[in-house]
Amino acid sequence: MNQIPFGSLEEFLAMGGYAAYVWPVYIIALAVLVANLVIPFRTERRILRDIARRLRREQRGMQ
Amino acid sequence: MWVWFHKLGSPRHFYRISGRLLPWLTALAVGLLAVGLAWGLVFSPPDYQQGETVRIMYIHVPAAVMSMVVYAVMAAAGFVYLVWRIKLADLVAAASAPVGAWFTVLALVTGSLWGKPMWGTWWAWDARLTAELILLFLYLGYMALYNAIEDRRSAGRAAAVLALVGVVNLPIIHYSVEWWYTLHQGPTTRGMRIAGTVHPDMRYPLLTMMLAFGVYYAAVLLKRTRCLVLETERDSAWVRELVKTT
Repeated sequence: MNQIPFGSLEEFLAMGGYAAYVWPVYIIALAVLVANLVIPFRTERRILRDIARRLRREQRGMQ
Repeated sequence: MWVWFHKLGSPRHFYRISGRLLPWLTALAVGLLAVGLAWGLVFSPPDYQQGETVRIMYIHVPAAVMSMVVYAVMAAAGFVYLVWRIKLADLVAAASAPVGAWFTVLALVTGSLWGKPMWGTWWAWDARLTAELILLFLYLGYMALYNAIEDRRSAGRAAAVLALVGVVNLPIIHYSVEWWYTLHQGPTTRGMRIAGTVHPDMRYPLLTMMLAFGVYYAAVLLKRTRCLVLETERDSAWVRELVKTT
């Protein structure tokens, strides 16, 4: 890795005058990546819950 | 080898193996992404021509590469499904489409955010930009077709044919910058290698991000395929057994 090319936090946030372009890229990318990872994890839990609920219903129906 | 192949093709076996792999893959993807983000955003130098906007490339290039890799995987899985009727291949193809579409959106949006300050325009009907937009429509068409057909098997087959026809677009995207010299600059990657024109200070953070995106896709693909396996196998004995024990 190299030396940090920014002298201060302000310089880092300013992105050499391109803050309006660089930061949206990273924010959008992070949002898309996080959402695409979290959603299937939740979906699988929901599906397993649904199947379990249906199984319980069926078992009650048989008794 | 064939036994192994057959076992992997069984949804039940896939579910077990992927369950074991996923925690590692997810952790690796998150770790690589963290390193790549820090490297690209903080520790890498600005470009002497592009200034700090070169940092956009650490997202743009991996997203664009993955938009094509995912499409290739989707089409290959579709081909396997068409020829050998392996159900799992159909699920892999179906699970790939949304991720691929999102990578394509990312490539287009980040390219636009780079194009405005560097080219002076958000969008141009440049050969590569247009071909990448067509890739997005191919993904959307694939998903629309899949959802429009009621019967799962015919849906999978029709969508696979569409995916295979669309493969024509991949070399067009890749070679567009050489065939039509319009606006987009020359290739960053050549096969598996990054062009020697990229300085090492930028090559390694870029490689890290590409690896991170690749592992990330593998993790998301496995998880999405697991969801589809559960949905299509919900009435089978092994899924019932699985639900009971958890």
